[in-house]
Amino acid sequence: MTTVDLKVNTPIPGVTRPITMAILAMGGEGGGVLADWVVEVAERNGYFAQNTSVAGVAQRTGTTVYYVEMLRKIGDDPNQPEPILSTMPTPGEVDIAVASELMESGRAIQRGFCTPDRTTLIASTNRVYSMPERTAMGDGRIESQGLIDAAKQSAKRFIRADFNKLALDNGSVISACLFGAIAAARVMPFSREQCEEVIRSGGKGIEASLAAFDAGFNAALAAERPVVEVTIGARPPETEDLGPDPAAVERAIKDPSSLVGPKLTDCALRIKSAFPEQARYVLVEGIKRTAEYQDVEYAEQLLNRVARISRVDSTQDSKLTVEAARYTALWMTYEDTIRVAFHKTRKVRFDRVRAESRATEGEMVQVREFLHPQIEEITDTLPTKLGRLLLGSKLFQWLVFKITHKGIKIQTSSVWGFTVLYVLARLRPLRRRSLRFGIEQSRIDHWLGRVADLAVTNPELAYQVCLCQQLIKGYGDTHANGLRNFEAIMDYLPIAIKASDPASIIKELRSAALADESGGALTLALERSK
Amino acid sequence: MAERSFANEVQELRLGAGAEFRGEGILAVTKGLLQSGVAYVGGYQGAPISHLMDVLGDASEILAELDVYFENSASEATAAAMLAASVHYPLRGAVTFKSTVGTNVASDALANLASGGVLGGALIIVGEDYGEGSSIMQERSHAFAMKSQMWLLDPRPNLTAIVDFVEKGFELSEASSTPVMLELRLRACHLHGSFIAKDNKRPSFTLREAIENPQRDSSRVVLPPASFIHEQEKIKDRWPAAVRFIQENELNEFIAEKREKVGIILQGGLFNTVNRALELLGLSDPYGNSEIPLYVLNVTYPIIDQEVLRFCDGKDAVLLIEEGQPDYIEQNLNTVLRRAGDLTLLHGKDLLPVAGEYTPAAVTKGINAFLQKYLPARVNLDNLPTVVLDDNDPRSPFAPRISPELVQSRPPGFCTGCPERPIFAALKLAERELGPHIVSADIGCHLFSINAPFNIGATTMGYGLGSASGSAFNAKDADKRTIAFMGDGGFWHNGLTSGVGNAVFNENDQLLVVVDNAYSAATGGQDLLSSRAENPSRSTNHPIERAVRGIGVKWARTMTDTFKVAEMRDLFKEALTTQEKGPKVIVAQSECTLNRERREKPARAKKIKEGKRVVRELYGVDPETCTGDHSCIRISGCPSLTIGPNPDPLRQDPIAVVLETCVGCGLCGENAHAAALCPSFYRTEVIYNPSWWDKSKLWVRHRYIGWLQKGIEKQRLGIDAV
Repeated sequence: MTTVDLKVNTPIPGVTRPITMAILAMGGEGGGVLADWVVEVAERNGYFAQNTSVAGVAQRTGTTVYYVEMLRKIGDDPNQPEPILSTMPTPGEVDIAVASELMESGRAIQRGFCTPDRTTLIASTNRVYSMPERTAMGDGRIESQGLIDAAKQSAKRFIRADFNKLALDNGSVISACLFGAIAAARVMPFSREQCEEVIRSGGKGIEASLAAFDAGFNAALAAERPVVEVTIGARPPETEDLGPDPAAVERAIKDPSSLVGPKLTDCALRIKSAFPEQARYVLVEGIKRTAEYQDVEYAEQLLNRVARISRVDSTQDSKLTVEAARYTALWMTYEDTIRVAFHKTRKVRFDRVRAESRATEGEMVQVREFLHPQIEEITDTLPTKLGRLLLGSKLFQWLVFKITHKGIKIQTSSVWGFTVLYVLARLRPLRRRSLRFGIEQSRIDHWLGRVADLAVTNPELAYQVCLCQQLIKGYGDTHANGLRNFEAIMDYLPIAIKASDPASIIKELRSAALADESGGALTLALERSK
Repeated sequence: MAERSFANEVQELRLGAGAEFRGEGILAVTKGLLQSGVAYVGGYQGAPISHLMDVLGDASEILAELDVYFENSASEATAAAMLAASVHYPLRGAVTFKSTVGTNVASDALANLASGGVLGGALIIVGEDYGEGSSIMQERSHAFAMKSQMWLLDPRPNLTAIVDFVEKGFELSEASSTPVMLELRLRACHLHGSFIAKDNKRPSFTLREAIENPQRDSSRVVLPPASFIHEQEKIKDRWPAAVRFIQENELNEFIAEKREKVGIILQGGLFNTVNRALELLGLSDPYGNSEIPLYVLNVTYPIIDQEVLRFCDGKDAVLLIEEGQPDYIEQNLNTVLRRAGDLTLLHGKDLLPVAGEYTPAAVTKGINAFLQKYLPARVNLDNLPTVVLDDNDPRSPFAPRISPELVQSRPPGFCTGCPERPIFAALKLAERELGPHIVSADIGCHLFSINAPFNIGATTMGYGLGSASGSAFNAKDADKRTIAFMGDGGFWHNGLTSGVGNAVFNENDQLLVVVDNAYSAATGGQDLLSSRAENPSRSTNHPIERAVRGIGVKWARTMTDTFKVAEMRDLFKEALTTQEKGPKVIVAQSECTLNRERREKPARAKKIKEGKRVVRELYGVDPETCTGDHSCIRISGCPSLTIGPNPDPLRQDPIAVVLETCVGCGLCGENAHAAALCPSFYRTEVIYNPSWWDKSKLWVRHRYIGWLQKGIEKQRLGIDAV
């Protein structure tokens, strides 16, 4: 006789199918805790429950699926047979899919764990960006709206909110918030109180978990309330991509001087009278940026530069003028030591850092900067002649290397550290006479000159050349690489012009330059074009 | 100390007869061992069986009460060899490891053990790391059972069944003088369930009794002529004994045996999946009341010919559901049927996938195809589960509802604050100057370097074999050196001899980086010979550098803080260019953050509560100066260093942001320094319970800085609208 008595072949009247739940999370997010809570609430309330997952190294920060099945017990008979529950979700048979992040809800759909005939999808709308999204040299983000739209079509019910933010606001983790949302969805036949009881019987952080549970519960209820269409004003965006405030854009068109202080009133009036509507918002921001960076005269210079393009711009919606305004303003306010020191010492920054640290009253906050000034960055800031002289001096080079090659840590919140940065920030008047200032101005004029010339003969090409400025950003090596790529494309321009569609060539070269850091893809693309 | 504490689970191990044990599958196995009167347990950690080792590691008190010896074996070979204790003595012993990788390492000892046979029950618990979530090559442990003739148990994924098979396994082993393998699939190990416990049993014969009364029987030693006799014994004595035991104890199950003229033969481990498939097809219920005849192989090796013929008797066709490949069981069944002249048709991998995990989708589709062919009357075509529909059918769960480019893969990577990340950041920086190198990777968390953003490492040949897998690249006239990685786990497992010793002896010039994070971190943070923690029951603190010098390495350096990226980079450069001959070994030390945080977070909270001065560090990025080029992310990849919306009205690319999950490891700042990146990173230090000295400094600073800030703000004067 076997001792393996699994009690099969006993007919059970009125058997139902189990409730199934798949939780898609990333390792370390507490998905296991959430699954344990669900099992616990089921077992306490007359259900058999089973929970499986895959663990181990495959879990570290990667996607993980936790799977729970629950089946109602038949009465109180302690000798009733144990059900046979599945250890893996069956595509098309999942009642509740929980995604701790928006792209994971897309994965649930892709894997068949979220189907329109059955599944209640509970998803947090926050994004945990994937590696390719994070390492892109430009903007590599997947658009959240696409994921939301797909989820709407793929789920029977779609309950969404930024559960991660709610959790943080309540000093807890996302699992507690999601548990609240699961309770609110009422697919599991357990009450809010029964769920909270499980949290209460747990070990640590009970109060915070309950607060997050409550926030998740309410957010889930609110998410499913019928939406009243907002007809006045802009609808709040569903995702975190902010974009410019539409009200500010509107004011920039109608009354740009209302967006600036007295120093810039003249510039603002000029924007309204001499520039197309579409470019006004960017120009307003541009004059503020350049005036802060140097002075009002510099802001006027920005307008002069952009006016040169605007006069010959024949593109639709003045898109060339808009982008020329943007990239000229950005280039004119190139990142130098003075600019960095200015922003590091501002009061708004001190306040922001303190808020970010979530320090409470009575706790002290100190800030330390990690600076690694390159010799060029020092000589760049100095008056041209002095800069050139020192750049050629072996002694100076040795001295700078000795001081900086391991990097400098400056405590901005200390008297000494703040003084150093303060003095640097106050060097602003010297900038106009510096080595780099002269170089950058001639680079800007050279580039804009080309854009202006092309705007007459080939507006689309002019636009593409204008956009190439986005390659020049960052500091140190990153800046040098970007500039090198930019110049390689500019050098190729005379050859490209002879082709049938030079604008697409430049566009492709720009994408190639953004494809990798070493410039390898650009070199290949240039080879191919030749 | 392991990553997780099992203090609560240990108490479950004490449960007596009649009490309900609730918990994970692998912990149920542990309880099963104690209920079986096991005398000794060994093994090598690794998912999915790490928890078995960890819970026993935390259960020294109970083990002492029961006279059970437990050790963390140096390798799976060590663990398997430990079973030699059951050769001459009636001692029950069990070992456990990840399979097939662990079984590969153990197979020399296992083959020797299986040849001579055992007197006491010998159980090898293998965690079959196959299918979703697996971190190793996809192979089957089945082959090892066949080649060495050990019996293979594959019980249903149900805690009661698993625990019963632990006991039955020992009995089968003793009845047939053969070691027995108990195979547990990934999900069975992590299955949450319950079973009714029995009392723990002290071993009837103890290790002490064995030591004090040595026995020997040279006929059990693998040396000719005994080895030839062993082979005959296996076939003539042990096999028939096993078949008898399996039949008498009804280890395999027949369900609804004669109900239809078709049937399904399945591995026990797949029972729940098969039952679910039948439920979906309307042919079973959640209690396993199948309407289709089932023959459940809870023992997958040996196959019991008589049982197969009994099940096939009177059936037109049977479907075999056997996961993985090659199709060993299918071949076996075909032989059985053919020899007996049985005309029942056998289907298997013609209707089911040849390779890959048998998921509910795969099994449901296979059974549906089989039934449509042989039992169409029982298939309700109007009510088929959607999973069997064609992918293009709009009702299918796989009907295209989302464009594939919206869902990017998310492979595992280094944790936030991982001390291994800076090693690869530094190597990337060194390679910027010295060019790319051949890099041989190893097994362990450090293998994540092969993915973005580091993209370092070209091969991985097995645990501890990082150095060995670069051994062919030993061309004396080459202008470059090769680089090999190895973890501290792999180093002590075999890397010291297979890699370092080999490189010394063969005068290989390679650079070997031993990643020493003070634990066998990838398997759950178990202690090792070189762990820095004091462990009351293990001997630790044996430095790796001393070991490699002892074996003949002349150029060896220990870097005690991997977060010093610039120093690390310079050390790489030195090792790759030094004139010194022979292998260069860098021991890159920093404690695994998961383990450190587990220890320090509560301690920190306690200190704050007690009013003591505590400094918490976190990092941030200034949005005004970040230009959104993400070069900081490309040499880090830390989950807490990500991107966010750019608040700058003119810039469009997302900026770098540091999330609240930051543990303040400091890598961002070190990278910004070493790679001369950008000045946007800053470190915030929050001082809890500041001292009077802190407070007076704050008073002065507040006034001084506040006064100067007025000057700074003059630059914005008249620019913003009032």
